[in-house]
Amino acid sequence: MADMDLGDAKKMTIICTKGTLDWAYPPFILATTAAAMDVDVTMFFTFYGLGLLDKKLNLGVTTLGNASMRMPIGGMQMAMPNMVASIPFVTAGTTVMMKNLIKKKGVASIEELREAAVLSDIRMIGCQMTIDLFEKNADDFIDGVELGGAATWMESALQSDINLYM
Amino acid sequence: MSEEIKADVVLDTTGLNCPLPILKAKKALKAMDDGQILELASTDPGAVKDFEAFCKATGNNLIKHWMDSNVFMFAIKRVV
Repeated sequence: MADMDLGDAKKMTIICTKGTLDWAYPPFILATTAAAMDVDVTMFFTFYGLGLLDKKLNLGVTTLGNASMRMPIGGMQMAMPNMVASIPFVTAGTTVMMKNLIKKKGVASIEELREAAVLSDIRMIGCQMTIDLFEKNADDFIDGVELGGAATWMESALQSDINLYM
Repeated sequence: MSEEIKADVVLDTTGLNCPLPILKAKKALKAMDDGQILELASTDPGAVKDFEAFCKATGNNLIKHWMDSNVFMFAIKRVV
């Protein structure tokens, strides 16, 4: 497959709706990997996913309401009861634990993956309606973000081989 | 590296997890000339399957892969 032959390139879109540290991974991993495999990728950021476009990311993760979440602690798989997870600062503590785990296992940070996405010319669209709804400021976004709505995504999705909602 | 294949570029991605070895391989291959060979080391347990798929989809030639003391090694020829 020719590298620059965009006419024949496979296309993919991903709708990114979630803005937590854990759920930021699937879209950025798949988008950057697809781009590395010569796929033309569009990411559409809407609702809580819109925060992933902020210049300064401050993503968190919580065990609250996540019955499937287990953290490896001392060789064991630890779940955390909602009662404990709801105590102040437990979310911050869980986020620190998760970030340490990510570093220890050689997993890329979301910042790194997003940078890779920018460098591989992935098209990123911020949802205009969400900006209005949550009174966000597009100036806070990283450079190169385009603003658009459902029709902008649709146009891209109709020409794509793969469309994912995350 | 085995004697019959000579690497033009060597890339160490040990310690890095999915998808970083693939992203770094792509970057390295992009900067190489057609026909040049990339030798890559990875400790990602999914690397063999992923590099086979990556090469199949991008048209680059996975000449061979082997183990070198618990590290997955790959020789990939860049095909434009």
